[in-house]
Amino acid sequence: MDDFATAFALAFEMIGALDADLVEIVGLSLKVSLTAVGIAALIGLPLGAAVALFRFPGAGLLTIILNAMMGLPPVVVGLVVYLLISRAGPLGVLELLFTPAAMIFAQVLLVMPIIAALTRQVVIDLWEEYDELLLSLGIGRGRAIGTLLWDGRFRVLSVVLAGLGRAMAEVGAVMIVGGNINHVTRVMTTTIALETSKGNLTLALGLGIILLALSLLINGAIHVASVEAARRSAG
Amino acid sequence: MSQPIFPLVLTGLVYEAGGQALLKGITAEIQATGRTLILGPNGAGKSLLLRLCHGLLKPTRGRIDWCGQTEARRDQAMVFQRPVMLRRSAMGNLTYALACRGVGRAERRRRVEEVLDRTGLAAKAKLPARVLSGGEQQRLALARAWVLRPQVLFLDEPTANLDPAASLAVEEVILEIQASGTKIVMTTHDLGQARRLGDEILFLCDGRLVERKAAASFFSGPESPEAAAFIAGRLTW
Ligand SMILES: Nc1ncnc2c1ncn2[C@@H]1O[C@H](COP(=O)(O)OP(=O)(O)OP(=O)(O)O)[C@@H](O)[C@H]1O
Ligand SMILES: [Mg+2]
Repeated sequence: MDDFATAFALAFEMIGALDADLVEIVGLSLKVSLTAVGIAALIGLPLGAAVALFRFPGAGLLTIILNAMMGLPPVVVGLVVYLLISRAGPLGVLELLFTPAAMIFAQVLLVMPIIAALTRQVVIDLWEEYDELLLSLGIGRGRAIGTLLWDGRFRVLSVVLAGLGRAMAEVGAVMIVGGNINHVTRVMTTTIALETSKGNLTLALGLGIILLALSLLINGAIHVASVEAARRSAG
Repeated sequence: MSQPIFPLVLTGLVYEAGGQALLKGITAEIQATGRTLILGPNGAGKSLLLRLCHGLLKPTRGRIDWCGQTEARRDQAMVFQRPVMLRRSAMGNLTYALACRGVGRAERRRRVEEVLDRTGLAAKAKLPARVLSGGEQQRLALARAWVLRPQVLFLDEPTANLDPAASLAVEEVILEIQASGTKIVMTTHDLGQARRLGDEILFLCDGRLVERKAAASFFSGPESPEAAAFIAGRLTW
């Protein structure tokens, strides 16, 4: 119990002093996850909208796959990406293994289906409401995508933030493809796992507190976005 | 305005849904002049007919011809029975409609301001459209159609949610829109309004076009028992 209290005190001290290791790790975490979510949104938003609006062969199957992939275990994604980019894998020549790029790659795979599947629902709901008006104005389904994403912007923002929350919190995928190499691929979650197992509770706790704070921040932002979405669709 | 799209010729128009014939063979010709009012009890098929004319639904059988062409929606606009408000400001709703038609920025601003002013919505321009009252939304929907300066405007019960003064104001706007060269085709449940605005009446009942007449003779001497009962307020479903 005493150890625990000391560790807490030291952890806050570390955060207060902006410890160099801590800052580096948090920075890399943010860089990896924000980049991954940005890329995942660039793919997932139009993909989700397209699946919602267009009847093409395989659209139903794609929807099922996207929905199923929402719950992918991060370690499985890590394993798949590992196989793809390891020296003998099809993308081996890129030499991505144990780099931040590999971690971004894995997190894109993890988050993109979530963004696409949730976006699909947002777009379906809005299209149901807007279809006659947009057709009347001469806007086909293709041009409607931009309109629907914009009009659903607060819900879309919640979707993207949900993806960010998932990326920041996962440990399995980045651990496998990043390798948790000091000063290269150590992010918050992998460091917490490692330091805890080594008995170095101070750094682990410090990072845990920051991770928790970020998670609260993200969820707070999701809440604000949902409230705003509800307000905008009032009446 | 581009090439004229009238007359609108409906030939043997049938619309079926859910295994039921909802419009049962409607043949009519609608000219560019005058206001055409579509009357009839609830469920007669008035909204369906407007949607078909506007090209939002495809007829099961029969034809819709706009002066020979079949695709003329660019020069049309429609105000729906239940107004659809985009999740933008009142002004944003109007600007969006104009942008859809490829109207340039400066021209957009000019037209939007004018139309907001003339529909009494200038003070609400910056508000999210969906917080406007039911009646204000209906006026905004009318403004959004008007701002497009269409050749034909389909209005599906444009004053259903309005207080008496606002109804009259909207009627004035409708006359103004017509004066600027737009053909009006509308439905209403307000017989007083139909008398005030109607030049020509299409009376629908149970998916059929029962009467088509000049308004004065429709109200003074309806031929069908259904129309007579409707005018007397006795025709229900
Ligand atoms: N997609 C559909 N499937 C089945 N029935 C439909 C469909 N669309 C409309 N109907 C039916 O067609 C009939 C005509 O509908 P419509 O909306 O045109 O009536 P209306 O004359 O506009 O009535 P109101 O005065 O109440 O607005 C109604 O009985 C309606 O229930
Ligand atoms: Mg109707």
